[in-house]
Amino acid sequence: MGYPHKSHPRETPVLSKHFGEAEARTLDGWKKRGGYKALAQALATDPLAIQDVIKASGLRGRGGAGFPTGLKWSFMKIGDGKPHYLCCNADESEPGTFKDREIMRWTPHALIEGCAIAAHAIGAETAYIYIRGEFTEPIRVMEAALAEARAAGIIGKNAMGSGKTVDVWVHKGAGAYICGEETALMNSLEGKRGNPRIKPPFPAVSGLFGKPTTINNVETLAAVPHILNNGAEWYKAMCLASPKSTGSKLYSVCGNVAKPGNYEVVMGFSFKEFLYDLCGGPLPGRKFKALIPGGSSVPTITIEEAEQVKMDYEGFLEQGTMLGSGGVIIFDDAQSMPRQLARIARFYAHESCAQCTQCREGTAWMTKILERIVAGQGTFEDLDTIFDLSEQMTGKTICVLSDSCGAPVVSGITKFRGEFEALIKGRRSSTVAVGAP
Amino acid sequence: MSHGPSAPASSHASGHGHDTPYEPVFTPGSARKKELDDIITRYPDKRAALLPALWMIQQERGWIPEAAMIEVGDQLGCTAAYVKGVVTFYTMYHQHPVGRHFIQVCTTSPCLCAGADKVVEAFLEHTGCKELGLTSADGKYTVIEVECLGACGFATPVQINEEYVENVTPEQVPAILAGLQ
Repeated sequence: MGYPHKSHPRETPVLSKHFGEAEARTLDGWKKRGGYKALAQALATDPLAIQDVIKASGLRGRGGAGFPTGLKWSFMKIGDGKPHYLCCNADESEPGTFKDREIMRWTPHALIEGCAIAAHAIGAETAYIYIRGEFTEPIRVMEAALAEARAAGIIGKNAMGSGKTVDVWVHKGAGAYICGEETALMNSLEGKRGNPRIKPPFPAVSGLFGKPTTINNVETLAAVPHILNNGAEWYKAMCLASPKSTGSKLYSVCGNVAKPGNYEVVMGFSFKEFLYDLCGGPLPGRKFKALIPGGSSVPTITIEEAEQVKMDYEGFLEQGTMLGSGGVIIFDDAQSMPRQLARIARFYAHESCAQCTQCREGTAWMTKILERIVAGQGTFEDLDTIFDLSEQMTGKTICVLSDSCGAPVVSGITKFRGEFEALIKGRRSSTVAVGAP
Repeated sequence: MSHGPSAPASSHASGHGHDTPYEPVFTPGSARKKELDDIITRYPDKRAALLPALWMIQQERGWIPEAAMIEVGDQLGCTAAYVKGVVTFYTMYHQHPVGRHFIQVCTTSPCLCAGADKVVEAFLEHTGCKELGLTSADGKYTVIEVECLGACGFATPVQINEEYVENVTPEQVPAILAGLQ
């Protein structure tokens, strides 16, 4: 990956190839690295032909849902006479996830190029990059890169002399995890409270400002120029397991691990090798215990389950969890799972937009129960209540924030019930090693 | 995604307290007015410039007073009540004055693994803030917990005003504070 660690020989650096190189942030530096060739070619190509290349590559959304990108683009009816919009989701706020931040900090032009190509491919003249407000440095880097690209005529009216208009703007958020949900993001961009919208209508029909809109994650868009430069077959060939998952993927690794950071590997890579070799294994004297592999919204798995995983959309599903955003949170044998899961629940309670009763009340209630258990005040009935509560919170709300609160908690209780029961019985969990905080 | 300051701080923090008369930011001919008008052209509906306008207010005044909500509403064609609805949704807009150095410590799960709770304690102790959300008596510091700064591999990250400080340990806190003007 090149930052903060040197790239591991088993990595496949596509998106992360230039992380850590200050020169890659500049327009000249980016052009020297092959930048904006794909955009020049794309602007001279029919949008539907670009959609076909992306479809053939097998690229799927890297924000968490894994929806096929080319298919998503094809929902936009080219030539319907309406303004179309592209939104780039850079509201990276999922605990454990910090990959989009590095893409924006080190390769801002890759994202601008991806945005401009995608905008052209969906018939949009305007793209907005919605960046979370806390990301002050990525915002500065993106703004500087956009100014350079605009001054050079790469974006704007008559982009690269193509006669086409492709404008790209940064829109700064102001602190709300929920704005990473695509319809909340659009509301926020429109100057509203970031409440998710009921779907349908889907964004491709009525999205930003009520017009057809596509929302893609930073990592998804940053991959697009590489696919156009190297071809769909090249991208598709980066696949070690399921043919439904192709390309390279950035994983953010954090928690109790020797070498936290971002790592880029091809789809289907062995999670065991990834954890113990690339990421350096556990901290000295510790053992991995549990993982939440796709950002804090996905089910918790044990290290034994993790070691079986082939890292792709299907591989994580087979072990009962999800690839999600690729934010891998690792807990070792010194961590208390009840304490960690209570903290995760508190995150969702804090970030609930409070529109839906199940979420507003459920996330807060679940947090209260978990914190009670951690404080040694819990009962066995509390565990049943959490399971019941999670069921009431899942699939019953406008967006999936509510589901996301229950997913890591319920799976965590199921797999580490002993730790919860030990706290309820009034003694420290025997499965937590000496020296635990 | 900060846990915003829970109580009003004293007015000396930024020089613009609750009792200070409000000076408009978007006066005709001003640089900020020009900047706002320029931003409005990026969108088909000028209300989309609401978040950017609120950011400008906060940069100029240190927080978002109610009078500013009226001003922004006038600029963008919406009511002050509407603007307040938006301000209160987003945790980064300060509804009260805060310390000159606004310190946000990430304590979400991955940072908790790294001992972020101890970093919070160290900041509270060395700033003299005593409690989360309160401003120190000299108006210099406000310390709050924040929900995921998106720098989990560099635990514990701390955001001080516009800047991130990464891999912060409790031992480094006095030196970090000494480096602030």
